[in-house]
Amino acid sequence: MEDKTVISGGTALTDEEINSGKIFLTEDSLNCAYAWDAGVAIKHYLAELKKGKIIGKECKKCNRIMLPPRMFCELCFIPSGNWIYVKDTGIVNTFSICYVHWDASRIKPGEKPHLPAVIEIDGASPGMGIMHILGEVDPEKIKIGMKVKAVWKPEKDRTGSITDIKYFKPL
Amino acid sequence: MRKVAIVGAGLTKFVRRALETPKELSFEAAKTALDSCGLNLDQIDCVAHGTAPDAFDGLHQNGEYMVDGCGGWNKPTMRVFVGGGTGVHAIIHGWHHVASGLFDTCLVVCEEKMSSAMPHAQGFFLTIFDAITERALQPNLLWIFALEMNRYMQRYGYTKEDMALVAVNNKKNGLKHPASQFSQEVTVEDVLNSEMMAYPVSRLDVSPVSDGGAAVILASERVARRITDKPVWIEGVGWSLDTAYWATRDLYYPRYTDTAARMAYEMAGIREPAKQINIAEPYDPFGYKALHHMEGLQLSPRGKTVELLRDGYFAKDGNLPMCPSGGLLGVGNPIAAAGTMKVCELFWQLRGEAGERQVPGNPRLGVAQSWGDLMQVSSVVVTGI
Repeated sequence: MEDKTVISGGTALTDEEINSGKIFLTEDSLNCAYAWDAGVAIKHYLAELKKGKIIGKECKKCNRIMLPPRMFCELCFIPSGNWIYVKDTGIVNTFSICYVHWDASRIKPGEKPHLPAVIEIDGASPGMGIMHILGEVDPEKIKIGMKVKAVWKPEKDRTGSITDIKYFKPL
Repeated sequence: MRKVAIVGAGLTKFVRRALETPKELSFEAAKTALDSCGLNLDQIDCVAHGTAPDAFDGLHQNGEYMVDGCGGWNKPTMRVFVGGGTGVHAIIHGWHHVASGLFDTCLVVCEEKMSSAMPHAQGFFLTIFDAITERALQPNLLWIFALEMNRYMQRYGYTKEDMALVAVNNKKNGLKHPASQFSQEVTVEDVLNSEMMAYPVSRLDVSPVSDGGAAVILASERVARRITDKPVWIEGVGWSLDTAYWATRDLYYPRYTDTAARMAYEMAGIREPAKQINIAEPYDPFGYKALHHMEGLQLSPRGKTVELLRDGYFAKDGNLPMCPSGGLLGVGNPIAAAGTMKVCELFWQLRGEAGERQVPGNPRLGVAQSWGDLMQVSSVVVTGI
């Protein structure tokens, strides 16, 4: 069978070649700093989180109650309507049990795995989920469809952040 | 719009860490593609190139740096960037240039060098999450794939064993690919016993970190017929970007792939893709993702894909071979280059030039797809001979 798959280059380096100093490396570390403004909608969302409440925003046209709140409905492409409080309970749409840190380093022995989940919040339109983490739960017992409730930080420790909710625990 | 053909293709070897710089990888792939059809740079009217996140190279506005390696100096040159979707999207980008009538030839080059990012390229994906509502939770890239895979499995009752079959299939195919960075077959047990990274994602469900380049040459009909007697036509293109509020989509179905595929099939005049398409190269950075995309590409009924996979329907000698190249799981995943590699595979397969990887039965129509951004974009190209 004719094979005209043509390749050139892509020279694999071995650890030995790298460590021996025969490959000239330039190392650098970039430290980027930012200060993100929360914006019109999320400013309000964070202020309510600080009070221990979750707030969404409705679209007057498609009637969705959107979470996180946004100043425009991306489907109807019109400015969104009223602010609407939703509950701090919901159901697990999906979850993971993660043994790897953000930089691909592995969790240490004894360290608990991360438990990220998409949680559909009660009071928002069906399917309106947010990403958060689960806690006070045996990872083996997490199920899709499980009811959960927010566990808030004490009021004095809240800063107006999504982490003012420590995690969601089974109801 | 004018007809556009692929007339040449070339790759570098895909490796974990390459000696070559991004520019050098681009040159190797581009020159190989030019040589494959006997063209030189003077005969190229414009350049479309792609490389994924600037952060991998630590070079802001990486496209400008890349221009010399892409053969783009003093030519109309444009970079396209939609994350993992870039590799197929760059082909669409080049197709526009020629289909519009503005140019007769276009060199499409995609490259990725992931190994420069320390300690691991994955860390740089932290910055794709929403800065305020998500990043505070210290997410990592594996989270979203694990969340999506779990939802997909739960929806249809698929198991981890089912998902592992994809790595087995693709890695087996990839062993026959000269650009592959792998040299071993894996079994379902190997996949299941590999390190659990983020349930339900195990180590061997994931494609590797890779460096590599891929290129194709596009030409208008008139020019293509002068270059080769076996032009591979771009019959249809489609792309779609779904909402970045990813947690508000139900992740079990890739709506963006559905939209992109339907657009491409309509252009190609394909009414029954599952019957008419002979080869599929769905994007497979994770095993489940190939199946998820086969459903979005309308090549498999939702929820029946594992059954078809188990029946050999997607095997190299099956009704609809899936990832005969080996895909990202079997060849490697230098992100932007990986998608272009899939289009290169269709080029060789449809011309009957894929050697040991050749699927039987003189395939006539193929589809390649890539996917990326915050799991929201799909780019689809249908090719025919």
